[in-house]
Amino acid sequence: MISISNVSKTYGHGTQVVKALQDVSLQVEAGEIFGVLGQSGAGKSTLIRCVNLLERPDSGSVRVNGQDMTALSGPKLRQARQQIGMIFQHFNLLSSRTVAENVALPLEVTKFNRAARQARVAELLELVGLSGKANAYPAQLSGGQKQRVGIARALAAEPEVLLCDEATSALDPQTTRSILDLLKELNRRLGLTILLITHEMGVVRQICDRVAILEAGKIVEQGTVAELAVRPNSRLGQEFFPRKVDFTTEPGAVLATITFSGAAADQPVLTTLARNYELDVNILSGTLETVGGQRIGQLQIELRGKRIPEALGSLQQQGLAVEVQS
Amino acid sequence: MNWEMFLPQLWASTLETFYMVGFSTLLTLLLGLPLGLLLVLTGRGNLMPQPIVNSVLGWIVNIGRSLPFIILLVAITPLTRLIAGTTIGATAAIVPLTLAAVPFFARVAETALQEVDRGLVEATQSMGCSTWQIVSKVYIPESLPALVRGITITIISLIGFSAMAGAVGSGGLGDLAIRYGYQRFETDIMVVTVVLLIVLVQLVQFIGNFTARRLSHR
Repeated sequence: MISISNVSKTYGHGTQVVKALQDVSLQVEAGEIFGVLGQSGAGKSTLIRCVNLLERPDSGSVRVNGQDMTALSGPKLRQARQQIGMIFQHFNLLSSRTVAENVALPLEVTKFNRAARQARVAELLELVGLSGKANAYPAQLSGGQKQRVGIARALAAEPEVLLCDEATSALDPQTTRSILDLLKELNRRLGLTILLITHEMGVVRQICDRVAILEAGKIVEQGTVAELAVRPNSRLGQEFFPRKVDFTTEPGAVLATITFSGAAADQPVLTTLARNYELDVNILSGTLETVGGQRIGQLQIELRGKRIPEALGSLQQQGLAVEVQS
Repeated sequence: MNWEMFLPQLWASTLETFYMVGFSTLLTLLLGLPLGLLLVLTGRGNLMPQPIVNSVLGWIVNIGRSLPFIILLVAITPLTRLIAGTTIGATAAIVPLTLAAVPFFARVAETALQEVDRGLVEATQSMGCSTWQIVSKVYIPESLPALVRGITITIISLIGFSAMAGAVGSGGLGDLAIRYGYQRFETDIMVVTVVLLIVLVQLVQFIGNFTARRLSHR
């Protein structure tokens, strides 16, 4: 649905050149939620703005729904933008317009007639759960409500793609969750394709199907969330499972980190170690998560006993990633 | 003083002031707002970046603003005659008044328009709005309270300028104050006209503040 190929973008000139994006490529499939995770300054904002050409890439191409955006300009570009919704960190609602008038704005551009506009606005406000606020001004709304208006506005012209620019970064954790739930629901109900950028791991964890990690303008990792989280030494894994604590082990004990996902996560790992290999198992730290319907987790354990190498070998055979720290 | 004779004259002068200030305000808005918009839109990083046009406009506005009004009034008499057909009276005064207020209001409008959050412009761009739609749906409505405050300042400046134009026979309250109050030493007439001007300014400021407050939904 969205295809970004070899996109580069540089700001400034002379000695003050900032390479915001360097040869970035990614594919967002129809109907999925794709997250781009990165620190501030990594180039996320530039990347998402290259999709609807609020920023024009220096090189490379951007295709949305088969259409080469980089080849468009003027009225054709504006028409293409109408098919791409966008929501923002600071909501960007017009303070001079009521909620209903804000939502109607994209419809004024697409020349809906007045009656059709009103019906569509009511429908959209219903969709985001703000029917009672049609005549309120943005200043009278909470952050979460403002973002709901933003979402309704972005969906007004029935786009197939929604771009989310740090859409929950200005919201508290509880509101963030409810906005993400809404996005997930819209994704399922309307088959909406969502490309979001964020610096919050929680956002990726909660709603993304796939993720790319952007660092200093380059994509350093890309894949499904569950797959990347358990890949050894992946950056996403490091985010998911905060850096292992350096425990000091007593002589004779072995410190191991076991990462599991999918079917392997359902096996009784610890009892197997204790029962079949007669090991003493001491849990030092652990994380368990459900990501995209898959259970993934990581345990840091201390083992004592005679058959440790044999035991760890069998775990690896079962598809668990085992890392021994010495 | 003969109040019976003076009152109709006071009334006529007040109307002349209204006429001069009203018309020149209207013309100032018509010319100054587009100029202010151009100053913003042609600026760096805005919708129609044109550094050269922007600098030239900036220069013209600055020149207009640095001329003392009384000098402008005299210096442009040929232009005034060309446009108004005469150089005395209220209608003639509208020409220099407008010319003085346009650059002033253009800067005021520029400041007001620049206060509009870039994010709003970006959001409307992302919906596929054209530059004109962004101006009419975002820039103007969003800066309206600030623009109204700017218009208020401009009207008050014009009231002051119009009184000054009295020095060259424009008519209006300033003319009255100079001819009767100053040249004929009729201090009470001077006081009455000055009080009227003060009341007028207070009234304009009050209406301006009230309107700006009503328009703001922040």
